[in-house]
Amino acid sequence: MAHGTAAVAKVDSPRSPYARRKTTRGNYELYSWVFMRASGVVLLVLIFGHLFVNLMVGEGVHAIDFAFVGGKWSNPMWQVWDLLMLWLAMIHGTNGVRTIINDYATKDVTRGILKGLLFLAFTVVVVLGTLVIFTFDACPPDAPAELLASFCTA
Amino acid sequence: MPTAPAGTLYRGREGMWSWVAHRVTGVLIFFFLLVHVLDTALVRVSPEAYNAAIGTYQTPIMGLGEAGLVAAIVFHAFNGIRILLVDFWAKGPKYQKVMLWVVVGLFVVTMAGFLPRHLINVFTGGH
Repeated sequence: MAHGTAAVAKVDSPRSPYARRKTTRGNYELYSWVFMRASGVVLLVLIFGHLFVNLMVGEGVHAIDFAFVGGKWSNPMWQVWDLLMLWLAMIHGTNGVRTIINDYATKDVTRGILKGLLFLAFTVVVVLGTLVIFTFDACPPDAPAELLASFCTA
Repeated sequence: MPTAPAGTLYRGREGMWSWVAHRVTGVLIFFFLLVHVLDTALVRVSPEAYNAAIGTYQTPIMGLGEAGLVAAIVFHAFNGIRILLVDFWAKGPKYQKVMLWVVVGLFVVTMAGFLPRHLINVFTGGH
């Protein structure tokens, strides 16, 4: 049998470039870093718009009541706005608090408990908020008409 | 006093304090967000329940709290843009201190636009 080049054990050239050892952890932290920056820019627009419409226009915070929410969520634009704001803000905020827990909670048990509570809060708030936006009824039939948006009685 | 920083990565001043402020405001905003989704969820209980909860947001003390919350959000937003520029703009790290003072300037201008209107609504508005 001839010694073909393919059969010879491959040895790295002494000048071969340094290759970082592969880890099994994936690129989760990289994606998280990118997400914080991308979602941050979108959230700036969404939240500044939210604050302007709810606190600056008209009577500001005094104008907010059930009828005000009914008027806003009868418009699909505000439904999408608030849904996107809910999801992006909750993921951005949860990921930020996760980073802080990782920085300051040094014991495995403490870190585990805090992150468990964090993910529980994330799940409850996101599921509840999403259901509220999609199942909201601006004109509940048994409610007093004076508490509802004007289009309920029109 | 040592002439060179030894054994520490954090050297205080603008870079570190803006990082601290970003964390503190971020945590404040996050906990408000949790409460805010829960109070808004009361629209699914009844108009009366929602109006009662939102009524507590319309008192003078909560009005001051909202001013603080908006201040936290405005700083976190503008400093977040500064972080983006530090990370993605080639000259970002060189100008990070200058950019913090730009953030503070924009913060003052934005709050000067927001605070009078909000405080007038809080202290003189209402039904």
